Amino acid sequence: MSNNLPRRSFLKCMAWAGTGVVWAMNGGVLSSSELVLGAKRKSGFNFVQISDSHIGFNKDPNHEVTRTLQEAVDKINALEDAPAFVIHTGDITHLSRAEEFDTAAQVLKGVKTSRVFYVPGEHDVFTDDGQLYRERFGGGTQGLGWQSFDYQGVHFIGLINVLNLKQGSGTGLGGSGFGQLGQEQLAWMKNDVKGLSSSTPVVVFAHIPLWTISAEWGWGTDESEQALSLLKRFGSVTVLNGHVHQILQKVEGNVVFHTARSTAFPQPVPGTAPAPGPIKDVPAEKLRSMLGLTDVGYVGSGNQLAVVDSTLV
Amino acid sequence: MLNRSRLKLALILTLAICAVAVTGRTPVANPNEVVIANFSFEPATLTVKAGTTVTWVNHDDEPHTATATDKRFSSKTLDTGDRFSQEFNAPGVYNYYCALHPHMTGKIIVK
Repeated sequence: MSNNLPRRSFLKCMAWAGTGVVWAMNGGVLSSSELVLGAKRKSGFNFVQISDSHIGFNKDPNHEVTRTLQEAVDKINALEDAPAFVIHTGDITHLSRAEEFDTAAQVLKGVKTSRVFYVPGEHDVFTDDGQLYRERFGGGTQGLGWQSFDYQGVHFIGLINVLNLKQGSGTGLGGSGFGQLGQEQLAWMKNDVKGLSSSTPVVVFAHIPLWTISAEWGWGTDESEQALSLLKRFGSVTVLNGHVHQILQKVEGNVVFHTARSTAFPQPVPGTAPAPGPIKDVPAEKLRSMLGLTDVGYVGSGNQLAVVDSTLV
Repeated sequence: MLNRSRLKLALILTLAICAVAVTGRTPVANPNEVVIANFSFEPATLTVKAGTTVTWVNHDDEPHTATATDKRFSSKTLDTGDRFSQEFNAPGVYNYYCALHPHMTGKIIVK
């Protein structure tokens, strides 16, 4: 496969996600190459994204969500290149219960990495506006739990878009039913990226997608345009989200958007079902091929970030 | 004329039977009940007299809430089968949504 694909070939290749194709980005231009899973990286670093573990969920199609999270951890620990850190993009728990947070934390203690970074999903904050979540995972964060850090020249920003959710348009009162960033967080973000050189690769992670996948299902984020406009000057921006429990990708200018699989249960592709929510009728032997994790590699030169999805089996 | 009325009656009966068949259950016995199913409130708009207690019941496998847009009332997390009741005394329009899936919206009109 050539390294400089025309757009049409690129779109064709998108269907390969999860089967071992690396998406590498160089100055906003995507290139792809076949990946040998488990191949030793020569330079740079990699990190892993996991999402939507929904600890506490106990219905079809998965009555063992703690076990499938454990399998994801085992899979991470078997990677040839141990991840520098792990990012969990929210819905750690199903009902924000203390014991669900405890179970998740216990399982994730077993990951062989230096640290696990979290952003909450709406399931982690909706009963107490995120108090319990922040007590456990909010250390070192700003405001209501947002955060940023640098690692080997890459700038990471963890945004929260699941607090203060407003009603959908159905009431006629305005409102989109989307995720919310809020002006306070945007002001913080503006200040956060101010001093960065435009050649700094930026990775943004948040629970609900920062692009509109389905207005009908509320799969999008209000003010995401404002957040992305703050990142326009950067040559390489990678946005990692969860929430939708399936891999969806989009490239817009300098920005690569990517959503991860869940470790608990798949959700339908928008437009193929009357409502979101767990796909219930997944045969037991197929479930693990619909769950997984995302390994992101940075080779340390030319702003390249390679996003590789793999399933639990 | 007679034939036409009969036809109409037959059509109405057929539709009624179909409605029961499609929903898979007989219509809700409690007229002041809102069923949460398939990520929606049914009926989306419920009109009641002042002093009525409205009950929400969650038939989905996902948790939901019934939360007033102005926060005047809110259920706790309703897991599958859980119910929530709220008395409406003052006439007016009460808009509400699911705090977990805010695209889900509903309305109680109190007369």
